[in-house]
Amino acid sequence: MTFDPYASSRETTEGRVYSVTGGDWDELSTEIGATKEERVVVNMGPQHPSTHGVLRLILELEGETVTEARCAIGYLHTGIEKNTEYRTWTQGVTYVTRMDYLAPIFNETAYCLSTEKLLGITDQIPERAQVIRVMMMELNRISSHMVAFGTGGLELGALTPIFFAFRDRETVLDLFEEISGLRMNMAYIRPGGVAQDVPQDSVDHIRQACRDMRKSFKDNETLLVGNSIWMKRTKDIGYLDLAGCLTLGVTGPILRAAGMPWDLRKSQPYSGYENYKFDVITTDTCDAYGRFLVRLGELEQSLRIIEQCCDNLDKLNGAPVMVADKKIAWPAQLSVGADGIGNSLPHIREIMGESMEALIHHFKIVTEGFRVPAGQAYAAVESPRGETGVHTVSDGGTRPYRVHFREPSFNNLQSTAAMCEGGMVADVISAVASIDPVMGGVDR
Amino acid sequence: MSQDDGMFGVQGTGDTSGFGGLVRTGASTGSAERPYGSYFDDVADDLERAYPEFNEAIESVVIQNGELTLHVKREKLVEVAKILRDNPKLSFEMCLGVSGVHYPDQTGRELHAVYPLLSLTHNRRIRLEVSVPDADSHIPSLVEVWAGNNWHERETFDMFGIIFDGHAGLTRILMPDDWAGHPQRKDYPLGGIPVEFQGATIPAPSERRSYR
Repeated sequence: MTFDPYASSRETTEGRVYSVTGGDWDELSTEIGATKEERVVVNMGPQHPSTHGVLRLILELEGETVTEARCAIGYLHTGIEKNTEYRTWTQGVTYVTRMDYLAPIFNETAYCLSTEKLLGITDQIPERAQVIRVMMMELNRISSHMVAFGTGGLELGALTPIFFAFRDRETVLDLFEEISGLRMNMAYIRPGGVAQDVPQDSVDHIRQACRDMRKSFKDNETLLVGNSIWMKRTKDIGYLDLAGCLTLGVTGPILRAAGMPWDLRKSQPYSGYENYKFDVITTDTCDAYGRFLVRLGELEQSLRIIEQCCDNLDKLNGAPVMVADKKIAWPAQLSVGADGIGNSLPHIREIMGESMEALIHHFKIVTEGFRVPAGQAYAAVESPRGETGVHTVSDGGTRPYRVHFREPSFNNLQSTAAMCEGGMVADVISAVASIDPVMGGVDR
Repeated sequence: MSQDDGMFGVQGTGDTSGFGGLVRTGASTGSAERPYGSYFDDVADDLERAYPEFNEAIESVVIQNGELTLHVKREKLVEVAKILRDNPKLSFEMCLGVSGVHYPDQTGRELHAVYPLLSLTHNRRIRLEVSVPDADSHIPSLVEVWAGNNWHERETFDMFGIIFDGHAGLTRILMPDDWAGHPQRKDYPLGGIPVEFQGATIPAPSERRSYR
């Protein structure tokens, strides 16, 4: 053993001696303070109230400045894509609606558009079904943006916006419940059309809701637009310019806040968006405040589209909402029992009492589903967060061979590092809130 | 492509339906003939002009469901991608990630990587597809061309085991770091247990009869 200053008093002069001066501690203690900056790695999340869900941020700090920011995701991975491979194409809707749970209608529509491409029935979808899809999507855009304002404000310490926002979101969710029976994850859009028609008096309720919301949107607008505290927390924060958006594949309000008027509803219309009058909202500030303004502007545009949808629904009253091909369409309407659910009674009478063949077909369509020609297709919709793209592959069977969601939240979250590095810790919250990621969509 | 026998996908039981003798082959996705229609001819022509090795790099051109798919050899993928992005007549500024597909039956090209591209300038979409054998599942990374592919490639590695060469940090992204296997592959079981309800037992989803 080497020299040990404590050994004489401890009488352990033989064998190995352990002491605080052993090892390389001497070296280490002299190294402390050799570098001037003090670096701290902070783990924020996944259970942090300001990270917009189970997002884990790993921040390297130098004082209050973020030198490196990395995201760790996967805490909400539920294997939805894998699960759809073991269900029929119709049942797949029930799974994909749970991905981005704030924008369920967009997931369903993108999935159905992709499936319909594979089936080759894109131009056979009834007009009323398309109008309902557009209307549901725009209602959903409002309810999703409301969460962006509400929780985004909450994360920055503004407690009032969430009350206004969730009051209006509630209005929309009530409409969803009235139309589809469910407030979230409705599985309402189906390959070939929609699950059931909109109740007749709902159209008036939607019109009334639009009038109410147009007034009540003003609450958040007057509270936040130009508000000096809100501006200080969001102006020039989370900067990402157009070049950054393009290379990172960022779409949606972030891209439009960088001055690019790119909106799939205008540029590559689907579900008849080309027939509606609305504007694409842009700002050129590239920051969190600009994204807030874009979302705010989109609310009014959504209301405009919904009102046009209501007029179209009145015109198309009684028209079919499901494709005419009985092999693809769900065999029965589902909203006609005494409690509002269940198969229609005439249909049950027919299959149980009158036609054996009808029973066989009902059974086969419900249990097996329909066959989809082999091949692959990609369909994209403009969700509240950007391009939701669905890549579906069929091997010719009754189940999807592969369903892949290109989730805008997943993609856009990559820009966290670009937006946050070099800024302050508190601005990370603001930047992430302006990306508005939904972890259900990120992790799927 | 695939071949199906019978009608109901039932295996291992006697055929009482009479449909058991049916044989159905899936649609072949052979290379498309010109003219391709829509803007696809322009894209192919512009790419051919800008990239002299077009015929060597592009294995086949498939038009299906109104979409253009270029099957690219993996050695040429990065070159093709750069031209598709940089050539002003093509300018596919955005790559919308990468989606893996596992075809265990396609010997020698079991793993496919599918890249949807988007041109904001020309408002066009095309798709690149690369196939590699399972035993040598390496594809060059496109992160240097489209940085946004970073997470998408990590996800595809995580789910399919495709190794993207040149990716700076190809680690698992959705599954835990120490996870064994790649869940989206067809040889990876879904899992699940049989559920008993009122005396009847319903098998796990992956064990149920598959109608094909």
